[in-house]
Amino acid sequence: MTIAEIQDGLRARKFSAAELAEGALAHGEAENPKTAAFLRFSPERARAAAARVDEKLARGEDPGALAGVPIAVKDVIVTAGLTTTCASKMLEHYTPPYDATAVQRIEAAGGVVIGKTNCDEFAMGSSNENSAFGPVRNPRALDRVPGGSSGGSAAAVAQGTAVVSLGSDTGGSIRQPASFCGVVGVTPTYGRVSRYGLVAFASSLDHIGPFGRTVRDTATLLRTIAGRDEMDATSAFAPVPDYAAAVGESVRGMKIGLPREYFEGLRPEVGDRIAAAVEGLKSLGCEVRDIAMPHTKYAISSYYIICTAEASANLARYDGVRYTMRSAHSETLADMYRNTRGEGFGAEVKRRIMLGTYVLSTGYYDAYYLKAQKVRALVARDFTAAFGEVDAIVCPVSPFPAFKLGEKVANPLEMYLSDIYTITGSLAGVPCLSVPCGETAEGLPVGMQILTRHFDETTMFRLADAFERAGTP
Amino acid sequence: MKITEKEVRYVADLANLRLTDDEVHRMSAELDEILTHVDALNELDTTNVEPMAQVLFDAPETATLREDCARATLGSAVATANAPLTAAGCYKVPLVIER
Repeated sequence: MTIAEIQDGLRARKFSAAELAEGALAHGEAENPKTAAFLRFSPERARAAAARVDEKLARGEDPGALAGVPIAVKDVIVTAGLTTTCASKMLEHYTPPYDATAVQRIEAAGGVVIGKTNCDEFAMGSSNENSAFGPVRNPRALDRVPGGSSGGSAAAVAQGTAVVSLGSDTGGSIRQPASFCGVVGVTPTYGRVSRYGLVAFASSLDHIGPFGRTVRDTATLLRTIAGRDEMDATSAFAPVPDYAAAVGESVRGMKIGLPREYFEGLRPEVGDRIAAAVEGLKSLGCEVRDIAMPHTKYAISSYYIICTAEASANLARYDGVRYTMRSAHSETLADMYRNTRGEGFGAEVKRRIMLGTYVLSTGYYDAYYLKAQKVRALVARDFTAAFGEVDAIVCPVSPFPAFKLGEKVANPLEMYLSDIYTITGSLAGVPCLSVPCGETAEGLPVGMQILTRHFDETTMFRLADAFERAGTP
Repeated sequence: MKITEKEVRYVADLANLRLTDDEVHRMSAELDEILTHVDALNELDTTNVEPMAQVLFDAPETATLREDCARATLGSAVATANAPLTAAGCYKVPLVIER
């Protein structure tokens, strides 16, 4: 069911919010042994939220735009009184004292949080294999990864447990799992959604965004969570349009750019699907042209310097003093810090803390960190130039479809390189999404990425919705 | 070689991270490969480019500053509730200074 169908059904008394919540919880419990999409369910919280919706309906009050909608939340987004682990041993027993702003807004709009989803540890990874509590499996092919880092949030929607979910995206962590699992995933403009309550990984790049089975559902969820929040100084003041009302309009005459740098080195089964999708956009009346984004190939290097530098600072707080875990074998304070962090963090988190510490250290700061920030400016300039010519950029999300578990774990650099098409949008802070555009011969989903100007989510949703309704060519 | 095992141990010390010998060995090779890859950034001339530290948006000069007024805080009981060891509303840690 879509969000709109749920709203109609609740108002027509075809079902209650309580029934929807019980159904989603039971479905999630039944699927979890197969996919491990959830780290834990929140039945008490879900039942209380559903009861509030049913009471409002009984009193004839407006229960909100997300009334009764079962929603899954990535376990890097804090929930008051509900364990939030970031899929790390470091926070295995951490119970946050407050709700993230996005969660507050969802529940105020009648949304029903059914559980917390599995992900890569501290959102660091592209396959979900870095979770301290075991990997998620792709519901579309159980021997394959769901993508990462928000793999559990993508899988929870793809397997039909949650109608929509929240993920977080720093370099592609929403779009790539959306494409691997065959759902819609949205990374809004940087600053569009408050980061208050999103456990910090790389603060200048972190975003919260929605997953859904339809473009319209993600538009509805984004509208609910977007907008200025005084708890996040980087959240923007720009008014939040009614995205869902704007979708459905014609895209005839829309100018679309295909950056040629994004079509090098991708697997033919992905390239074929994107080419067919572009033909579909042409038949909807879009004007398609080639554009150049010359700094694309430098984006990964810039990104992995900046994000690890920021991560090394953000993760310094996990020191054995405040956050539940402390090494049992430490005589001195310094030993306690080192042992706690050595025992609590997984391999990828350690690797990124090390890289980040190195690039910020004396003698290397200018050569790596400052250089990376300058290259980030050049990548952002590519987008400014492109959006002088076109309304939207269309390209692949990932060079390949979902890969097998274990296939890429041995080589960290190769895993980093797989983020090539999603990282540029993250660095520039522009809105971007992944919308399904068919399958490979093996039946693996392929996602098409759409990027638009800062704060122009409306154009992005309108194009994605028109494409979705036209059907995959 | 971009980074030696000795440097890896030095950086781990800066990061307050205990690494096993095996981790140091593996990390040296992995970081070396990554640092070699990112060297490609030096192909670009960035002489007159301002570093981009943040995605900026248009807003009035002081818009991001909220009113400076007192408000309720978590309180020490809630703030320390997740700590592994507390006493009298404070965090307890191993001995820092000998007396």
